Amino acid sequence: MGRRVLVTGLDTFWGGRMAQALEMDPGVDMVLGMGTREPKVPLERTEFVRADQTYSILNRIVRATQVDTIVHTFLVTNSEEVPGRTLHEINVIGTMNLLAAAGSPGTPVEQVVVKSSTHVYGSSHKDPAWFREETPRVAPVRTRLERSLIEVESLVRDFAEDNPKLLVTLLRFAHVLGSDIVTPITSNLRRRVLPAVFGFDPLLQFVEEDDVVRSLEYVTRHRIGGTYNVAGAGKLPWSEVAAISGAHLLPFSPVSPRTFAAPLVRLGLVQFPPEMEAVARFGRGVDTTRLCEAGFEYRYTSAGAVESFARANNLRRSTGGASSAYQYQQDVEMFFRHSPAVVRGFDA
Amino acid sequence: METRTASPIPADAAPAHLRPIRSGDQAGAEGAQHVLRDPRRSDVDEWGRSEHMRSIARRIYDPLYRHWFRAEWEGLEKIPATGGALLVANHAGAIPSDAPVIMHGIEEELGRPVYGMADYFFRTVPVVGTLWSRTGGVPAHPDNAYRILHDQQQLALVFPEGAKGPSKTYSDRYRLRRFGRGGFVEIAMRSGVPVVPLAVVGAEESMPVLFRLPSVAKALGVPYFPVTANLLMFGPLVGPVAYFPAKFKIRVLDPVRFDVLDSQERYSKSRVMDEAERIRSRIQDALHDMLRERRSVWFG
Repeated sequence: MGRRVLVTGLDTFWGGRMAQALEMDPGVDMVLGMGTREPKVPLERTEFVRADQTYSILNRIVRATQVDTIVHTFLVTNSEEVPGRTLHEINVIGTMNLLAAAGSPGTPVEQVVVKSSTHVYGSSHKDPAWFREETPRVAPVRTRLERSLIEVESLVRDFAEDNPKLLVTLLRFAHVLGSDIVTPITSNLRRRVLPAVFGFDPLLQFVEEDDVVRSLEYVTRHRIGGTYNVAGAGKLPWSEVAAISGAHLLPFSPVSPRTFAAPLVRLGLVQFPPEMEAVARFGRGVDTTRLCEAGFEYRYTSAGAVESFARANNLRRSTGGASSAYQYQQDVEMFFRHSPAVVRGFDA
Repeated sequence: METRTASPIPADAAPAHLRPIRSGDQAGAEGAQHVLRDPRRSDVDEWGRSEHMRSIARRIYDPLYRHWFRAEWEGLEKIPATGGALLVANHAGAIPSDAPVIMHGIEEELGRPVYGMADYFFRTVPVVGTLWSRTGGVPAHPDNAYRILHDQQQLALVFPEGAKGPSKTYSDRYRLRRFGRGGFVEIAMRSGVPVVPLAVVGAEESMPVLFRLPSVAKALGVPYFPVTANLLMFGPLVGPVAYFPAKFKIRVLDPVRFDVLDSQERYSKSRVMDEAERIRSRIQDALHDMLRERRSVWFG
């Protein structure tokens, strides 16, 4: 029997791409996607269930569909995306509900994959150049986003300890770059301005969105448990990121740079969320040896990810926004999936 | 003597990931596969060091090294030409002049990059911190040292006295402070590299500390705030960079190898402390020896 996979956050970039990847895998019998909104990418056979952001109906869904794998991609790793309170609801409460459903007695679930961020390591001048998965965080936790991610990770760790039979995979992604994803860095680069702190030129690491989806798929398909950093090889300075993507550095005062950036942020000209301030000073690097040893092969290095993003950006600038805006229509999707008129298993 | 190449350090000294990076599917496939051009615009490595910046710094620093400090080496051949080694030296001068002299000297003479391990405080200073990182400074974190010494087999320079060395006053010159908690010995043991002790004479007199202002240091959030003779003589703008032309002499002592397994989690603390103390006293003895021979602070 093939696998039955539940993907959370189907309406987000991550969930949508992951569901697409799973659909291609003949070893996966059923893909079920949950999201608060309609999916943004065309899907062949994924079933979509609308849920509230804390996933309170997850327990029922898991029991009813007997999924054996849950891929939790819905964690918010960008504080620009949602207000603070919602952030806590989605990340902490959502994960709690998810883990409660996955760990209920007689659960059919065998693997839980959680997408986290290297923001859990923070960023400070006392950091090692490369964080290994077990390196403790040095910087005090100051931002709401980091606090919520750390709380989520501790929930996941407890869950893994309480359910030794379940495979728990935690992936920490570095800054993601890609033509589809929206993060503070990508939106700044698309506008060709990169906020910086005067006198600092930190070294950063990036991961390409394809590698993100491929790594999620890899650990799911090969049933690999544990905590892994996911980031392209090498680091490059902030100024070089700007140079490669044709953006201008916009340096703010080294003393409280976000206060000086605030008017521009308010006008929507740049994005400079709190979790990026320390990063813009000290950068961050994570050691990715563990995932490489598990057999995963990256397609992009950090610099390669920046270059590929710059190219996608050039294309977008010439051709305008995304070419095919997909619209999810419930009745159309229902027809293709369930109508007796459709001949299935026949690729048109 | 005048014809030196701009960068005595070969390009392939850079770690592998800095060489041309290819993306797309596989590098071997030709034609159909799209190969991205090398996106790197600078040669900044994973430690923030740039050989380009380093060679500019060397060019600027060279006259100072040759004609101002007139640095003189003794036993340079004891520094290994290949493989990692931890260079350990005494530290002095309010804004230490010894680190640049040692790094410059070894890079010029041996053509090997030297990573200067410094208190991570430098990273918080705008501009200066970035420049120091581009020209070979690395925050002194055990993980960083292990990676440089063990994985990359490079040379690293540490001052085990830490801030206690350069902050000591002129009356305490050439009296070595405590060598931390012997962390440098543990790093060398873990990395499986020898410790090469260096005794440096001259840094103390190039910027003598008259007294310290702890309250100012606290207010500014810096490790120490020295008032130097240079500061009183040249004022607050020029003083911090105007070194006195003390004659520099650097003696390389015999490398110390530890007969232990590398990459262990922990090493015997007593052994570590003993070795640290032994190295400290060897440097101290060498300093006394060199000072006995010294006729003049300025002419050696």
